[in-house]
Amino acid sequence: MTPVARHKALTAIWGAPRGWRGTLCSVNHSDIGKRFILAAFAFFAIGGVLAMLIRAQLATPGSAFVGPEIYNQLFTMHGSIMMFLFAIPMFEGLALYLLPKLLGSRDMAFPRLSAYGWWCYLFGGSILIAALVMGVAPDGGWFMYTPLSSKAYTPGINADVWLLGITFVEISAIAAAIEITVSILKLRAPGMRLERMPLFAWYLLVTALMMIVAFPPLILGSILLEVERAFDWPFFDPARGGSPLLWQHLFWLFGHPEVYIIFLPAAGVVSTVLPVMARSRILGYGWIVAALLALAFLSFGLWVHHMFTTGIPHMALGFFSAASALVAVPTGLQIFAWIGTLWQGRPQLRLPMLYLLGFFLVFVLGGMTGVMLAMVPFDWQAHDTHFVVAHLHYVLVGGFIFPMLAGAYYWLPHVTGRARVPLLGEAAFWLILVGFNLTFFLMHLTGLLGMPRRIYTYPEEMGWTWLNLLSSVGSFIMAFGFALFVIDVALQVFLGRRSRRNPWGAHSLEWAMPVPAPAYNFASQPHLADDTPHDGPLAADPGLPQRLARGEGYLAEARHGWRETMAVDMGSGAVDHVVLLPGNTRLPILTALVTGSFFLALLAGLYWLALLPVVAVAALAWRWAWVLGGRAAIGPVSIRPGQTAPTHREAAGAPGWWGSVFLLVADATLLGSLLFGYAFLWVVAPNWPPPAMIQGGWTPALAAALAAAAAGMLLARLAATASQEGRRPAARRAAAAAAGAQLLAAAALAWLGAAGLPPPDSHAYAAASWALLAYAALHALLAALLAAFVCARLGSGHIRPGCGLEPAVARLFNDYAAAAVLIVLACVLAPALLP
Amino acid sequence: MLAGAAALTLLVMVLLALAFRRGGAEAPGGRRAPAGLWLGGLGVAMPTTLLLLLLGSALVVGERMVARAAPERVVIGASGHQWYWDFTQPGADGPIVTRDVMHIPAGRPVDVRLQGNDVIHSFWVPRLAGKMDVVPGHVNLLRIEATRPGVFEGQCAEFCGLEHARHRFRVVAHDAAGWAAFQRGQQP
Repeated sequence: MTPVARHKALTAIWGAPRGWRGTLCSVNHSDIGKRFILAAFAFFAIGGVLAMLIRAQLATPGSAFVGPEIYNQLFTMHGSIMMFLFAIPMFEGLALYLLPKLLGSRDMAFPRLSAYGWWCYLFGGSILIAALVMGVAPDGGWFMYTPLSSKAYTPGINADVWLLGITFVEISAIAAAIEITVSILKLRAPGMRLERMPLFAWYLLVTALMMIVAFPPLILGSILLEVERAFDWPFFDPARGGSPLLWQHLFWLFGHPEVYIIFLPAAGVVSTVLPVMARSRILGYGWIVAALLALAFLSFGLWVHHMFTTGIPHMALGFFSAASALVAVPTGLQIFAWIGTLWQGRPQLRLPMLYLLGFFLVFVLGGMTGVMLAMVPFDWQAHDTHFVVAHLHYVLVGGFIFPMLAGAYYWLPHVTGRARVPLLGEAAFWLILVGFNLTFFLMHLTGLLGMPRRIYTYPEEMGWTWLNLLSSVGSFIMAFGFALFVIDVALQVFLGRRSRRNPWGAHSLEWAMPVPAPAYNFASQPHLADDTPHDGPLAADPGLPQRLARGEGYLAEARHGWRETMAVDMGSGAVDHVVLLPGNTRLPILTALVTGSFFLALLAGLYWLALLPVVAVAALAWRWAWVLGGRAAIGPVSIRPGQTAPTHREAAGAPGWWGSVFLLVADATLLGSLLFGYAFLWVVAPNWPPPAMIQGGWTPALAAALAAAAAGMLLARLAATASQEGRRPAARRAAAAAAGAQLLAAAALAWLGAAGLPPPDSHAYAAASWALLAYAALHALLAALLAAFVCARLGSGHIRPGCGLEPAVARLFNDYAAAAVLIVLACVLAPALLP
Repeated sequence: MLAGAAALTLLVMVLLALAFRRGGAEAPGGRRAPAGLWLGGLGVAMPTTLLLLLLGSALVVGERMVARAAPERVVIGASGHQWYWDFTQPGADGPIVTRDVMHIPAGRPVDVRLQGNDVIHSFWVPRLAGKMDVVPGHVNLLRIEATRPGVFEGQCAEFCGLEHARHRFRVVAHDAAGWAAFQRGQQP
């Protein structure tokens, strides 16, 4: 096969049809990644316009430009958009687009899941923007503190828009986190050892793992608050044993790691772009990986620094203050690793480097004010003033936007295949840098002069007038800079001359392909030798791109219309199996639309109607899993001359298995957060003990629930073993019985609640107990669905001996459900069993 | 703290500038930056030392600010509402309740008992102390002290809804005679 014929054959397999049909059904990671980036930038522009309006209002004292009703929506939406609709999706888009290319792979592990996440993000974001246009946008601050966001003080749907819209969007975050983790661990080029992979992949791996643990508390908090608003379950109402502080803990348990989740991918861009600009290798690869792990760990231990003024004992604050300050150490280590890299190289002042210098200045200043705020006595004064506004913009704009702009100019030729128009980019840089510092440096002073955050106006005699006016002028200069950036990119896309391959002389694998990148990335996948430097093989082996195009790597054959990519052993990168990825389909957009109708039904208060989309999503999920794989055995396939490997359904440890494992890790974190909430209310909230506790009549229900959940687990295990041994009828019977047992478990849990618990709206204790029971029952139902699926697949002949993936996943979920039922019952019954 | 932050920022900027100057001057490739010095020294040892010193001093300062039993202490109740404040001062014949104006004696430690009613507010008189949140269902204690008589501006520092910007109050610190008069119910 000639390279051109191979290109055509692979494009036919991996590409999407032109026009809107292709747009609706494409699952290709480059398509989805680019869409995420474009949409995130569009939301950034909307958030930026809101910021302009805020600055216009604050430019003069006593301004009558907007009133407090509008102003509160403006700053709430500015923060929410920038955090949830810009920063996280922007990084997801970059990761989706780049990751397979960096790893020498052809796509992400779950292409349909990325497409589903994309549509959820688009629809959820649109709900928020629509609310903004209709004037019913959230207005309780992006942090949504209760009781202000509770029904009594926000009776309108503004808070529901936030809770439901953001949760809808967070589906895409969880999806991306699982997908990034599994793709990095399993879908690398053969031979790429974990400790040799590009540093950017390490950054993304750590970020994704953090997301898996950080987002569940927020999702749980949003669910609890929405349930409180909708059904009056008083989780946060102090009059009935709830606590407003529980919301703050759940929110910041997510909110602070979130800052690092935003910063780390951008730091990964710095670690990738800076050595190329310095014509050198990164200094201290191992040190940086260690710093990342330390950062991820520490960032979960400092959420309380957002709550220094809530009345927590001073010595407890000392611990969180220390953690907050020490998190500066791994960050400082990276700063010096980068400067050292510049010292050992021969840096060139090209445009990405210019943005990186801007990053150093802005981010280091933000870090300094961060250490100041970590000091409790200082924070008691500066907390909730404009000093904090200045600090967080220095950290987030410095730590995210400047590196991302560097990355944008660095990778744009890869996306567009074109070179940029000279000079415009430099002008945009200076406008952004000067405008930013004018706006926010002065804000430190405004804050130290006592101007609180989130006030829509201030009197003249406070002496904040000039500083505010200058900040507003600066913000408009910065806006012009971003407008110029947009023009510059548009000119490059439409008018730039063709770029050559690898215009920066980089060594990493994403440049070992033609630009713009073809849909399949690599005509054949490379093999990386053990001594390949971690910044990529292109320095030692400049002829690699041509050899890959000639088909001298893995999976050069375009066969059966299969989308094939290699899966490797997690650590060593040795060949493990071949993954056959699903192709274009409208299932993702359909499922996202149905998911969206669930959220819209809740938003409209049509709670019974909302059950309909739940059933529809379950049916679509069934279909989703059903269309994978065929009835015929495939056996080992050739991966390059003289070498074969099994396909993923016939191998152990397929991506689907690992995806389920990480999904359950996120799920277990959600349960952990719920248990934390239960214990927290018990210990801290006022109006405890509750008037009525669990009592009498629950013993038979308990016995039934435990027996059924345990039976479900054992039967699902039996089904997996029997199917593996080829005893199909026995396996079918066991799977069907497992499904029945889990249904019984769910019913028994409901019975237990009805028999023993007080009604959920009577007290936070009852609400939390009911929430725990609901969690366990939901997981029993999920386990039943999976067991039923395995039963059906055994019947249809899709599951043959040796095809262990689906029974193994069903077994996993049944195990998890049994464990959840056991833990939940122990906690719910603890008050009745303990003296 | 400010000087240290400025010095460190300057250090980073100078090191960056030097990287470019050296980079222009020398022959291609072939230079190694010692990882031990850059990462172990500048990256880990320096910030750790500085931060530990800073943390120690912050803890000492913070401990001094915590409300502790003192013989001269006056306890005043403050409760935040959307959008006004009620203060309960001890008077000669029982508590004296005032709205939006808090009366304290100058030169004596005052413990403010913060009680929430509707949403979260935050009690902040910048000249007298740091801020403390007013959380419904929880009681917080804040120690303040005015060293001289006078009027001090206070402001709610936690976003509390529509009129958050106008959720202000005033603290009047009296000299000993003025305080005694206030406690007898004579408005100054």
